[in-house]
Amino acid sequence: MNGAEGLFRPGDSPLHRLAPQTKVVALVVFSFAVAATDREAVWAFGAYAAILVALFWLARIPAGWIMVRSLVETPFLLLALAFPFLVGGATVEAGPLDLSIDGLWAGWNLFAKATLGVWAALLLAATTPVAALLAGLARLRCPDILLQITAFAVRYAHLTIAEVTQMRLARLARCDDPRFLWQAGALARSLGTVFIRSFERGERIWQAMAARGYTGRLPLDVGPAAASARQWTAAMGAPALAAGIAMWTAVAM
Amino acid sequence: MTDLALHIPTGVIDIPTSLVFAAIAALAVGACVIAARRGLDERLVPLAGLATAFIFAAQMLNFPVAAGVSGHLLGGALAAALLGPWVGALCVTVVIVIQALLLADGAVTAIGLNVLNMAVVSTFVAYAVITLALKAFGRNRRGLIAAVFVASIFSVVAASAAFMVEFAIGGESVQSFGAMLTAILGTHVLIGIGEGVITAAAVTAVALARPDLVHALKGARLDAPAPQQETA
Repeated sequence: MNGAEGLFRPGDSPLHRLAPQTKVVALVVFSFAVAATDREAVWAFGAYAAILVALFWLARIPAGWIMVRSLVETPFLLLALAFPFLVGGATVEAGPLDLSIDGLWAGWNLFAKATLGVWAALLLAATTPVAALLAGLARLRCPDILLQITAFAVRYAHLTIAEVTQMRLARLARCDDPRFLWQAGALARSLGTVFIRSFERGERIWQAMAARGYTGRLPLDVGPAAASARQWTAAMGAPALAAGIAMWTAVAM
Repeated sequence: MTDLALHIPTGVIDIPTSLVFAAIAALAVGACVIAARRGLDERLVPLAGLATAFIFAAQMLNFPVAAGVSGHLLGGALAAALLGPWVGALCVTVVIVIQALLLADGAVTAIGLNVLNMAVVSTFVAYAVITLALKAFGRNRRGLIAAVFVASIFSVVAASAAFMVEFAIGGESVQSFGAMLTAILGTHVLIGIGEGVITAAAVTAVALARPDLVHALKGARLDAPAPQQETA
């Protein structure tokens, strides 16, 4: 995982070319549609998955990459597996186990929604470079100061991560191989060193900026381009479909 | 250190609850921006940006827990001790937003919940505990280690407790909520101990080299240990 570049995969698909702000809005709408869907409408989740798979194909993102990146949700899948034992109500026998029917539905609900949520977020992350994403968020009127901090963080995460890696190599070269928590002192101290270096670098950057006339606002107003109506229509196709399905399940159930 | 009750994905907490907590989180982050601006004025952007990059790197560093098991920091207590609650919460917020949008870690629908638990609750609890504990244990090296260690445990457990509150309001209705609460809080006490050992060692290392950079010490050096009474 490289924090500085995110998960962007360069490419030239229709999804890569969409304006970033439309993709962010599409992701939010899609995620809320998934979250609002009734858990017993299994076909609806199948339809969402089909939409996402089609978009992954359109963006030329390989299935193996998606599977590996989906592992971030593993801790919560453990919770999904625990639900059949935690929730009460009518039970169903599965071999030696008494599983709660409600709990099975709750586990399925968590598994399906979490997976679809991760996939939708992966689609945005894979097709949008960091700079474009920040520009899109600015266009959506995110607070300027948070975006500036984010831009700095993303730009300099390269350096801090490289420093941590370099110190790890130096420790390994000196045969430091801690196996238990109480042996990790050198590791923690190197973290302290990285903090001091980062903070001092921050001060130097501020001085350099102040020397060039910085007074708390970036002087350039780099306005990101507006998205055309056609781009909005294209981007909102999938989320509109998902929202329609979610409404359908709400009415039909 | 798998962050069990943290980084909530889509579908765990229902939408109305998520939206209410997102509004609370937005207010809290807004307050952090104003307070951080007052402390750092025009230095805020570069310094907070670099501090965020540091928290990022700190979260990527894997350390051993026991043979074969390794974990990573959550960073709330580290941010609170080194940067103070306002800038600290701001930095962890940015990390969470980057993780949700760039790394697909944590749900878009639950961003407010994740920010509230991991950035706001965890940093402010840690800072409050450090301040109190430094008064109780004294401002020397041992006192700092103990204070940061205890604060890390409290911050991780408080973040998971906040999750359990949200889960009780907007999650599945679980028959044995008490059992789940015990399991989650118990796991997070263990996670907090791991977090505490690393955070305490890291903060002490900074305090010995550059005490002015440790926000919890308010820019002053650690007290020297009391000189030994010489017996004639």
